[in-house]
Amino acid sequence: MPVDTTRDATNAGSRRSRRRRRNGRVVRMTLLAGVFLLGGCAGDAPSALDPAGSGAARVANLWWLLFWISTAVFVEVMALLVWALVFRRGRDTRVRHGQPLRFVAVAGAGLPLVILVAVYAVGLRDLAALGHGPGPQAPTIEVTGHKWWWEVRVPGIDGATANELHIPVGERVRVRLRTADVLHSFWVPQLMPKTDLIAGEMRETWLQAQRAGRYRGQCAEYCGTQHAHMAFLVVAEPRADFDAWLARLGSTARQPETDAQRRGQQAFVQASCAGCHAIRGTPADGRVGPDLSDVGSRWSIGAGAVPNDGGHLGGWIANPQTVKPGAYMPPQPVEAARLPDLVAYLQSLK
Amino acid sequence: MSTTAAPVDGASQEDLTRLAERWEERPSLRSWLSTVDHKKIGRRYLVTAGLFFALAGISALVMRTQLARPESRLLSPQEYNQLFTMHGTAMIFLFATPMLFGFGNFLVPLMIGSRDMAFPKLNALGYWIFLFAGLFMWASLPFGAAPNGGWFAYVPLTGEQNNPGLHIDVYTLGLLFLGIATTAASINFIVTALKLRAPGMSLNRVPLFVWAIVATAFMVIFALPALNVDNAMLFLDRRFSTHFFDPQAAGNVLLWQHLFWIFGHPDVYIIVMPALGIVSAVLPAFTRRGVVGYALVVLSIVSIAIISFGVWVHHMFATGLPQLSYSFFSAASTVITIPSGIQIFAWLATMLLGRVVLRVPLLFLIGFIVTFVLGGLTGAMFALTAFDQQVTDSYFVVAHFHYVLIGGAVFPMLAGAYYWLPKITGRMYHERLGRWAFWLVFAGMHVTFFPMHLYGLFGMPRRVYTYRGEPGWGGWNLVSTAGSYLLALGLLLVLAGMVHAIRRGRPAPPDPWGGDSLEWSTDSPPKAYNFPVLPLVHSVHPTWDDATRSSMGADATADRILADGRRTLFTSELDGRRERAAEMPEPSLQPLLLALGLLVFFTAMLLAWYPVAAVAVLAVAATLAVWLWPPRRPDRELGVSP
Repeated sequence: MPVDTTRDATNAGSRRSRRRRRNGRVVRMTLLAGVFLLGGCAGDAPSALDPAGSGAARVANLWWLLFWISTAVFVEVMALLVWALVFRRGRDTRVRHGQPLRFVAVAGAGLPLVILVAVYAVGLRDLAALGHGPGPQAPTIEVTGHKWWWEVRVPGIDGATANELHIPVGERVRVRLRTADVLHSFWVPQLMPKTDLIAGEMRETWLQAQRAGRYRGQCAEYCGTQHAHMAFLVVAEPRADFDAWLARLGSTARQPETDAQRRGQQAFVQASCAGCHAIRGTPADGRVGPDLSDVGSRWSIGAGAVPNDGGHLGGWIANPQTVKPGAYMPPQPVEAARLPDLVAYLQSLK
Repeated sequence: MSTTAAPVDGASQEDLTRLAERWEERPSLRSWLSTVDHKKIGRRYLVTAGLFFALAGISALVMRTQLARPESRLLSPQEYNQLFTMHGTAMIFLFATPMLFGFGNFLVPLMIGSRDMAFPKLNALGYWIFLFAGLFMWASLPFGAAPNGGWFAYVPLTGEQNNPGLHIDVYTLGLLFLGIATTAASINFIVTALKLRAPGMSLNRVPLFVWAIVATAFMVIFALPALNVDNAMLFLDRRFSTHFFDPQAAGNVLLWQHLFWIFGHPDVYIIVMPALGIVSAVLPAFTRRGVVGYALVVLSIVSIAIISFGVWVHHMFATGLPQLSYSFFSAASTVITIPSGIQIFAWLATMLLGRVVLRVPLLFLIGFIVTFVLGGLTGAMFALTAFDQQVTDSYFVVAHFHYVLIGGAVFPMLAGAYYWLPKITGRMYHERLGRWAFWLVFAGMHVTFFPMHLYGLFGMPRRVYTYRGEPGWGGWNLVSTAGSYLLALGLLLVLAGMVHAIRRGRPAPPDPWGGDSLEWSTDSPPKAYNFPVLPLVHSVHPTWDDATRSSMGADATADRILADGRRTLFTSELDGRRERAAEMPEPSLQPLLLALGLLVFFTAMLLAWYPVAAVAVLAVAATLAVWLWPPRRPDRELGVSP
C-alpha cells in the first residue's frame, strides 16, 4: 500500500516517546517492551497511525492524546511501585500503620476523574465528528458483504464490481452497507474506523481521502471460514479518474481482441462460469459470485487472497479451494488446454 | 502435616476425637465420589480448571504457531476457527471463573471461620456439573464438531442456515449446562458469607477476598440469566425453527449481542474481581500490614459490581446504534475505571507504608500491577467510541484484554497459588524455581501481547487464520509467537514447582507467612472440620489479633467446639451475632447422580435423542425428589405426645 510515510509517523512518535527510565528489574522489563515500540516500523501496513483521511486522522490524534496521558499515568504508578520496592524493603524498615485515605482518594479517584472527564469530552467531540456524514449531493457507493467478498455498486448504475471501490480525492463519499448473509465490518484503517454490516438492516458510513492512493480495507467482524481473506481496496484518485471509473462501471465489458481471448470468452459463457458470474455485454449474467466485467484490472483474486496475475488466476479457476479453502466457488472442470484461453480473456477485462 | 499445632489447645483430646469421627471420611472410592468437603471440592475445582487451562493454552500455542508466518498452512481455516473459539470459551467459562471459584470454595469457609459451605451437597453438585460440562464441550473437538462461532457466537453466523452441524449446539447446550454450576456456586457463596461467618465477624470485619467473591456471586446471579436466555433462544432457533434472531421473520440479530454483552461485560469483572480479592488477601502478609482503606476498597468492589451492568454497549460501538446512546455508555465505561484506580492506589499505599517482603507471591502481585495497569489504560481508551471503532476487532483489543485477563486474573491466581499452596497441600514450594517461573511468565506475557497493540494499530484484524505478507505484520507476529513459547515455558515451570512442592516440599507450618486471615489460624492442610474451635472474631485481621487467637485457645467454649455432631455456627447477616448451631449434611452420592442425569439429558438434546432426554429428565426429577425429601422430624415437633 502507498504508505511511504508510515515510518515517519511511527518514528516521530517514537522519538518523542524515547526517554530514560532505569529503576529496578520490573521497569527494565517494561522498558524492553517499550523498545519494541521504539523500533516500531509498520512497513506497508494499512496503519491507523498513518491516516490519509479526515476520519482516521481525527482518531489518530485522539490516540496520541490517550497515549501520552496513559504514559504519564503508567510512569506515575511505576514510580510509586519502584519506590516501595527500593525503599520499603529490609529488616530495618518500620511498618507504618496509618490510613492515608486522602492519598488513595485523590490519586485513585480525584485525579483520574478530572482526566477522564476531559478525555470524555474530547471523545464526544470526535464521536460527533465521525457521525457527521456528507451532504445529500455527495457521491454514494453501495457495498454489500458476502461470504467472503465485497460487492460494490453505485446507485443509478447498472454494473457492479467487487472488492475494490474508488473515491474522488478530497470529497466525502457516502458508503451504504448491507450484508447478504452474516455480519461483516467495513474497515479502512487509514481512512475511517469500522462500521458493522448488520443482517436485515442498512448502515451508513463515509470515506474521505486527503491524498490519492490505494488503501487496504478488510472485514473486521468474524464471518466464518474465510474471514481472513475478505480484504478490499479503496482507490482514492482525482475526480476525472473517478468519473471514468463510474463510466466503466456502467458500460459493457471490453470485447475480446485476440483468438485466444475469443476462445476464452466462449469457454466462459458455455462452461459453468456463467452460472454464477456476470460479464456485462455477454450472455453470462450469474449473480451468485462477483461480477467479472473488470476482473483484469483488479488488485487481487479472492478478496485479497492472492495477487491478480496469470498463474494465480489459472490456479484459482482450476481449484479455488487450494487458495481459499471453504470459499463457495467449487473446483472447475476446465480442460487444461482451455485454461490459458480463459485466463487470457479474463485478464483482458480491464 | 503441620509441625506446630498451635491452635488446637482450646479443644480437648476427646473433643478432637469426636470431631474427627463426625467429619473425617475413610478413603474409599465411595467417599471419593460422595464427599461434600469444601476443601476437597475446592481442590478439584483448581485441578480441573488447571486442566482446561492447559487445553486452552495448547490451543493458543497451536494458533500462534500457525500465525508465526504469513500464509502458513499448518491449520485449515475450519480447524483454526474451532481452536480460537474453544480457546476463548474455555478460558472464560472453564478456566477463569471455575479457577477463582476453586479458590473461593477452598478459602471462604476457612476465612470466615466456618466448617463448610452453607450447602455442601449443592457445592458438590456444582463441581460435578462443571467437570461434565467442560468435558462435554472439549469432547467435541476430536470429532471436528467443536464450536466455531467465536466465544461470542454472533448470529446469524451461528444460525442453522450459516452453520449447520453440531458446533453451535455444543456451545449453547454446554454453556446452559455449565450455567447451572456457576449459579449454584454463586448462591452458595452468598449464603455462606452471609450466614456462616464466625461469631463476631460483622460485615466490616469480612476479609476483602470474601467481599470480592460475594460481589462476584451477585453479579453472576444477575448477569448469567441474560446469557442463558440468549443460548436457549439460539438453540430453539436452530433446532426448532423459532425466529428470535431471524431478521427475515421480524427477529433481530442485535438482540443476541445485547443479551450476550449484558452478561459479557459484567463477566469481565466476574473474572477480575475475585482475582483482585486475591491481591487484597495476599498483600498484607508481604507488606506486614493491612490493606490501606478497607472501606474504600469494599466500596469500590460494590460499585464495580453495579456499574458493570451499565457498560455493555461499548462492545457494540461499531454496530451503528444511535450516537446518543453511545455517549451514555461511553460515559459509564469511562467512570468504571475509577473504582479500579482506587484499589490500585490502595495497594500501592499499602506497599509504601508497609515493609515489603519480596517472595514469589509478591513477585506475581507486582507483575499483576504492571500488567493490569497497562490493560486498564487501554481499557479506558476503549470507552471512547471513536477510538473503539478504529481498534475494536483488531489485534489491539486482543492485546488489551489479554493484559486485563492475564494481568488481572492469571497473575493474581498464580500469586494465590504460591501463597496458599502450603495451606492446601501442607507443603512449601521451592523459592528459586518459583522466581524463575515468575520471570519467564512475566517476560513471555509481555513479549507475546505487547506487539499485538502495534500490529492491531497497523491494521491487522483479529480472528484471522492467516494473513498476507504485504501488510508487513509477519515480523511482529513472529515476536508474539516466540513470546507465547516463553510464556508456556514459564507456566510449565509453575506446574513443575507445584509438583515438586507436593512431592518433595518441606512440610508447611500452619502459618508460614504470618498471614492475617483465619485460614492461617488452623493446620496446614486443615483438618476435615477446619477449626477445632470456631473463633470469636475481634478484628478485620483476626490471626494478627490476640483476642481472636485466644478465643480458639484458652478462651475456647464448648458452644464453639460443637463436638457432639457435624455442626457449624449460623450467625446474623450484618453483625455476625451467634444465632444457632446447625447440623451439616453427610457425604452423599446424590450430587454425582444428579449431575450424571443432567449430562445424559444435555447429550441427548445435542444428539436429538429426545426420548432419552425425557428419561433423563425423569431421573433428574427423581434424584431431586429424594434429595429434597424432608427429613423425618422428631415426634415432639410433630405434636405427637411421647
